[in-house]
Amino acid sequence: MRFGRTIISAVAAGFVAVAALAAQAQAQPTIKIAYTDPLSGPFAQTGDSNLKQMQYVIDYINAKGGALGRKFELVPFDNKSQPSDALIALKNATDQNMPFIMQCSGSNIAAALIEGVNKHNDRNPDNRIIYLNCGAVATELTNEQCSFWHFRFDLNVAQKAEVMVKALPKSTTKVYLLNQDYLFGQSVQRDVKKFLAKNRPDIQVVGDELIPLGKVQDFSPYITKIKASGAQALLTANWGPDMNLLIKAGIESGIDLAYYTFYAHLTGGATAIGPGGEGKVRSVMSFGENVAPAIGNAEAEAFTKGFRAKHNFDFAGAVYRTIFEHVAAAINKAGSVDPTKIAFAMEDQKMKDFLGYDTWMRKDDHQIMSAYYVGVFKKGVKYDAEGTGLGWEVAATILEPDVVQPTTCKMKRPRS
Amino acid sequence: MEVFVVSLLNGLVYGMLLFMLASGLTLIFSMMGVLNFAHASVYMLGAYFAYTISLYLGFWPALILAPILCGLLGAAIEMYGLRQVHRHGHIPELLFTFGLALIIEKVVQMTWGMVAVPYRIPDGLDFSLFTIYGTQFPAYRAFMLLISALMFAAIWLGLTRTRIGLIIQASLTHPDMVGALGHNVPRVFTIVFAAGTALAGLAGVIGGNYRVTEPGMAFSMGPIVFVVVVFGGLGSLTGCFIASIIMGLIQTFAVVLDYSLADLLELVGIVVTKATPGAEFLTVSLPRIGALLPFILLVLILVLRPRGLMGTRDT
Amino acid sequence: MNPLYLLRRHWVWLAILVIMLAAPFLFYDWSRGRHSGFALTLMSEMALMAVFALSYNMLMGQAGLLSFGHAILFGIGAYFTAHTLNWVKANDIMWLPAELIPLAGGVGGLCCGIVAGYVATQQRSTAFAMITLGLGELFAAAALMFMTFFGGEGGITTNRVIHSSIFGVAYSSAWQVYCLLIAWSMFAAILMYLLTQTPLGRIANATRDNYERTQFVGYNPRVVRYWQFILAGFFAGIAGALYTLVYEIVTFDTLAAVKSANALLAAFIGGGGGFFGPILGAVVVVGLQSGVSLFTSAWLLYLGVLFIVMVMYAPGGLIGIIGLHAPIARMGRLGELMVPYLRALVPTVVGGAGFVAVVELATHRTIGAAQGKKLSLFAMPVDSSSLWPWAIAVVLAVAGALWLRAEGRQFRLRWNALIEDAKARGIGV
Repeated sequence: MRFGRTIISAVAAGFVAVAALAAQAQAQPTIKIAYTDPLSGPFAQTGDSNLKQMQYVIDYINAKGGALGRKFELVPFDNKSQPSDALIALKNATDQNMPFIMQCSGSNIAAALIEGVNKHNDRNPDNRIIYLNCGAVATELTNEQCSFWHFRFDLNVAQKAEVMVKALPKSTTKVYLLNQDYLFGQSVQRDVKKFLAKNRPDIQVVGDELIPLGKVQDFSPYITKIKASGAQALLTANWGPDMNLLIKAGIESGIDLAYYTFYAHLTGGATAIGPGGEGKVRSVMSFGENVAPAIGNAEAEAFTKGFRAKHNFDFAGAVYRTIFEHVAAAINKAGSVDPTKIAFAMEDQKMKDFLGYDTWMRKDDHQIMSAYYVGVFKKGVKYDAEGTGLGWEVAATILEPDVVQPTTCKMKRPRS
Repeated sequence: MEVFVVSLLNGLVYGMLLFMLASGLTLIFSMMGVLNFAHASVYMLGAYFAYTISLYLGFWPALILAPILCGLLGAAIEMYGLRQVHRHGHIPELLFTFGLALIIEKVVQMTWGMVAVPYRIPDGLDFSLFTIYGTQFPAYRAFMLLISALMFAAIWLGLTRTRIGLIIQASLTHPDMVGALGHNVPRVFTIVFAAGTALAGLAGVIGGNYRVTEPGMAFSMGPIVFVVVVFGGLGSLTGCFIASIIMGLIQTFAVVLDYSLADLLELVGIVVTKATPGAEFLTVSLPRIGALLPFILLVLILVLRPRGLMGTRDT
Repeated sequence: MNPLYLLRRHWVWLAILVIMLAAPFLFYDWSRGRHSGFALTLMSEMALMAVFALSYNMLMGQAGLLSFGHAILFGIGAYFTAHTLNWVKANDIMWLPAELIPLAGGVGGLCCGIVAGYVATQQRSTAFAMITLGLGELFAAAALMFMTFFGGEGGITTNRVIHSSIFGVAYSSAWQVYCLLIAWSMFAAILMYLLTQTPLGRIANATRDNYERTQFVGYNPRVVRYWQFILAGFFAGIAGALYTLVYEIVTFDTLAAVKSANALLAAFIGGGGGFFGPILGAVVVVGLQSGVSLFTSAWLLYLGVLFIVMVMYAPGGLIGIIGLHAPIARMGRLGELMVPYLRALVPTVVGGAGFVAVVELATHRTIGAAQGKKLSLFAMPVDSSSLWPWAIAVVLAVAGALWLRAEGRQFRLRWNALIEDAKARGIGV
């Protein structure tokens, strides 16, 4: 009996393996894209919602014919938020000669992947791979650490900071910065201050705070401090509980404060903020469902609506379509799925995104330049967020030429 | 003055929230010696149960039902799991609850999804009680204070003034003797464990909508609760209470006091610049490490006084 | 001592070495003529986790100290190695061969052990566990805050190709690194094994078993704990160094709580009582994490269930289960268990399949379906929204469990009879 039960689990594990191996066995000449993000553990929700949105986009692209007549296939790998597991996923992808690996969350993992991809491509010139970065935003990744094999499809921290500063209204003269105490939060802090000094010298930074990542359980003391400083706006790049609890505490205390965030529009944010945040919370975002109706683009609206009809949750990642359209175009231009050729084809590629705005994959540092939006959390919008009745109304649109910033990248290109 | 008063209030509220969570754990820990890793997971379950119940019956029934459900679950865990493991000693017991925490987290994700659920403060309590120096004090916080004060009183009276409380205390130190007197000692342990988990569930019902109900909430609350219980001392409810308040106040005031070691050195005439060795470390200000202070205190107190603040015996 | 005797006594080591060398060739891609990078990395991870789990077991199994912050030793070792590699690379230092780089990690772990151990080993038992928990949290938070040493979120990247090898190997390919890893992990494991035979190892056991009596005999348990902690730090540091060599990047994750928990899981599932348990545990845990997680996102649930089942029914771990068979094997009657095992296996398979099916169906309902995945269980496509698969799965799980219970009783009778027999013949149990 004692042994019998212990065996159960081992056998169970074996069964799962067999079950899924069978699922993998179907062989078709698809273009495989390895996708690695946390799919289990405390951050699983990020990877999970990304995966759903990407799958929708890929289905759409495939329905339009894919690239070179071949369809795309997304192969998910769980990295459990661990760089080592992301590197194992990379090995898995290169073993199967996949031309792309994609990753969205965590600059620690992105840094590991860039290094890993560089070394792999150096050491195995016959089996190279391109890293598509869909959301790791540390500025360093396209500056000091830039790589020929790395393409970033989201604006970096410095660009987002500039967008945020540009969104501050004229009446704001006192701001408070509160960020998480690690590379990302520290660089937001640095960049926001830089652009404030450059674009809005009239604004005074009355407070500048760093908090340990994910450790603060009660934000009321911070709110007290912010109130005492007399700030009109709170600028924060916090994500997850650090953002939700901060805004919640602020709204509860009833102080008159505008919240400028990077991540409030992502999954879970609207639910956590709730109706109390009406008109107070703004978010710097790559896309919002109310963008298409605002500019009267019915086709784009139908595209985002289709996702809602299928999944019944917000489609914040519609811009993933930009990624796959760039990739498909580059493959068609290269005429093959050879990563080196695709990478060269993607450099300086310019395309219109599905909303009709310009996008540009800059050759110098492989950083995308695309339109960006600032949304304000409001009642009475066409598409509400997470069934709260409130949604993200477009308050500002920053177009592609206005997000361009200089880079320090010294790109090393392979000879062949 | 303004900041001081508001911070004092903030610290008190946070401390009481910690106490709500820690009281159940301290009950289990001091009575059974089990450091229950799944405690924060039950707290999470309490919040989710309350959310689901409040969808159908409203908040007030949830306030009663969710803790009862958690208590029943706790009783089942004790009877069918922990009791088996008890023979092998304390470390396997602890590891058992560790495995349980893994399972509960995954089951919650599978049942309620990975995204936060909209579990909200009931309308009846969603107003501002009073305004102090321009900052609103929500009624729900007062409600939390009230509940945790009631919890403290109930546990304390229950343990010291009732017959069952006396039997529980006795079974701890002299289980054989209590058994010989005709009491069912395993049943006593089941009751204690169930009561502890029910308290965690109650904390979940109240904390879930005050904070955010999501699958990561156990993960983020877990360590700090341990700190409070161990800091307060094994077997001491009062110690746990004081520790909760201390932790609440320390973290709150650390945020307000914007000083670093470099400032301290400046007082004695040493100016820290970027070139000073260890400048990165010396210029860390108190607010940056405020949330880490409990862990520093934990290490210090265990090194100096292993039984904790008011513990009656060594941990 | 003749070689044959050595072989008979220490055949396990030889077996491990052979398995480690041979296993990658099971996954060798003959058509392309290259090793599977995934398999090599996975096995490297197993080897370094085995060293880490063995080091953890120096505290848990041998000294009875439950640590929740063992990863700080691992992480500091890894950071030391990364900085050493970068320093060697930057200054073209030729006197430090690539093969000795892991020693840097060992030294790092040792130093960290001296500092952290001094604090932690002041106490024992639960207090020790809580101090390590606190230290673990503090180190992980510090790693994110201080850029100079820890490199912030991006961590420290490094390059293992340093061209100062004694053998003239570049260590650019995964296979070369794997060979180096085998050598170092075997070396570390053997050293740890020898340590258990020293007076220190024995006294550590004594403090675990009866801490008061050890004091009466005249040993200071605190000093014993401290020594054991420092030495465990050395080996954890070596494991961290091996991590650096495999992944060439060190981030704060190496010293975070998850890493500590993994060591605990590996050591416990494998079994802390025997020396080899943690090795087995590391293989199982890494296999579950990196192997099974490819197929299902519910791997954490399986790990949790496995862990709970082990705690409840086999607290001695996998190695403990194997050990229980020793007296029967010595009687030469292991064959008689064959039939009972097979009879227990059938309901286990049925119940296991049912359980896996229920979990996978549930996961698919809440998570998988929306990702556009089609669920297939046991090579059959399944529609998770219809009732039948659920009904079948639940029936399988329940029937399997009940059947196993009945079968388990039979098994226990047989087992007890055999053990009684062994006792009667004077074979130690």
